[in-house]
Amino acid sequence: MSKFMTWVDERFPATKVWEEHISKYYAPKNLNFWYFFGSLAMVVMVLQILTGIFLTMHYKPDSSLAFASVEYIMRDVPGGWFIRYLHSVGASMLFIVVYLHMFRGLLYGSHRSPRELIWLLGMLLYVTLMAEAFFGYLLPWGNMSYWGAQVIISLFGAVPGIGPGLSEWIRGDFVVSDATLNRFFAFHVILVPLLLSLLVYLHIVALHKVGGNNPDGIDIKKDKDASGKPLDGIAFHPYYTVKDNLGVAVMMTALLAVVFFVPELGGWFLEKDNFAPADILQTPPEIVPLWYLTPYYSILRAVTFDWLPGGAKLWGVLAMGAAIVVLFFLPWLDRSPVRSIRYRGWMYKTALTLFVITFVMLGYLGTRNPSHVDLGLLKNVTWSQIGLVVYFAFFLLMPIYTRMDRTKPEPDRVTGQ
Amino acid sequence: MAEDKTEESQPNRRRQFLTALTSAVGVAGAGAMMVPLVASMSPSARARAAGAPVEVDISELREGRMMVVEWRGKPVWIVRRSEKMLADLTEIRDQLADPDSTVEQQPAYAANDHRSIRPEILVLLGVCTHLGCAPTKKFERGAASGVSADWRGGFFCPCHGSRFDLAGRVFKNVPAPTNLEVPPHSFVTANRILIGLDSEETA
Repeated sequence: MSKFMTWVDERFPATKVWEEHISKYYAPKNLNFWYFFGSLAMVVMVLQILTGIFLTMHYKPDSSLAFASVEYIMRDVPGGWFIRYLHSVGASMLFIVVYLHMFRGLLYGSHRSPRELIWLLGMLLYVTLMAEAFFGYLLPWGNMSYWGAQVIISLFGAVPGIGPGLSEWIRGDFVVSDATLNRFFAFHVILVPLLLSLLVYLHIVALHKVGGNNPDGIDIKKDKDASGKPLDGIAFHPYYTVKDNLGVAVMMTALLAVVFFVPELGGWFLEKDNFAPADILQTPPEIVPLWYLTPYYSILRAVTFDWLPGGAKLWGVLAMGAAIVVLFFLPWLDRSPVRSIRYRGWMYKTALTLFVITFVMLGYLGTRNPSHVDLGLLKNVTWSQIGLVVYFAFFLLMPIYTRMDRTKPEPDRVTGQ
Repeated sequence: MAEDKTEESQPNRRRQFLTALTSAVGVAGAGAMMVPLVASMSPSARARAAGAPVEVDISELREGRMMVVEWRGKPVWIVRRSEKMLADLTEIRDQLADPDSTVEQQPAYAANDHRSIRPEILVLLGVCTHLGCAPTKKFERGAASGVSADWRGGFFCPCHGSRFDLAGRVFKNVPAPTNLEVPPHSFVTANRILIGLDSEETA
């Protein structure tokens, strides 16, 4: 074996890469529960690609055949229902894992210097993932697929000047049609997965260049032993591969429980209106995207102020775009002298708590009728407007409150055993 | 020594210039390659043909009735309004959000009180300006589901309760932001309408 590896290593840096990134990559020894989600995201992505490949073997990207071909997968293809539900539940699972992964960043300051590029690449991944989900959602050609795409593409029509032409170019037709379905299929199965794979690669290269953060938010590379190994670091393999395997087992249990017992999760993972084929003349009573996009949909609908120049629709689109763009600036908005929430003061803790509550609230409101009252006292649209203010205040006031905050001194070495 | 340096840097500068020029040509070539790819995503000849103007015969359309034709995959309504219907249009002006059609939801030739070329013939795109639902016609006066007793006839969107009058003008305090869209159209003859194309003199 070693003779074979010598032969390979003379021609390809196999052992070098293995050691650098796996067996001699030293991760902080105090990583906790929150550090599961990066590797879990990668596992679900592989699962999505794998199930996706098998779905394309039976799916037909043709507006007259698409809906029936999905039903064919569900009823006639051996185990087709399992592959399809794995894919649809997997999509939601990927977003759950990614949201928790991002929240971990906010908790322990993983976006802070010198990890800004990891954060930026991660945000690009997040936006690309939303595009992937949006393109994929049109493919079953259900009525919600159709009208969801109709609404989202018509948002581009709000761009002054080029808007109508732009949405026509995206659709490849004057309405969402076969041409739209065909190209969304191409984006969903080739273009965006390629981009996602590239971005995951870059995300990990950037991570391994500077080394991972940890719950104490301190640098472990400043204390090394004689051989140059960080004193607070342990090898990724076997220690974290074993730990991450436990995470995979727990997550897959949850995923399969949903797939087997509640694959639609009461309309949260697969909307009821999507069990009827697309109908140009019949809109679903309420057009809503799936849960992972609803926080931004809420922000879009929260802007109802007609007195704004250019109209409420344009400003709604801008607010929704800004809500995503502002996330990219997080590394430079955060001015705290410490990274981890363990050593931050009450201001950041309060702000982060409010932000999480707001994000969840916006997500819920995005699935409800704006003029109803679901949270008591105020109309849903008013709650969304409050949410919009809190959402942007969290980011725009961050340079102020993170600097004013009374922080605790960071320890020299990581805490806990 | 000083002379040597200038002699050396001369070909270097030339080489840099040539490298930059070659790169620029390469980038321009790659950019040019994108043009046909991006252009291929525009509506195809078939889609354009399907989106071509539609000619409609309205000789059979009786007063107070509506017909629906399809244009670019969207429903287009044609209504022959009665004298009474037209008279009602001016009476409800103060209940409307944009009675004078100031928002560009119609070609210039339809930006009038009746939002049409000929007063009695109304041509509208049957797509709600709120979120693209399909409104239903409610031409009878008086109370019905979704409308109150002073209703003079018009259109009602069951999705979110938007109301429009018999010229497609939106009422105040409903979710739809603008009047219904009037598609470009023209009269070929007195009884034939071409939907999707302005006439020569008005365009």
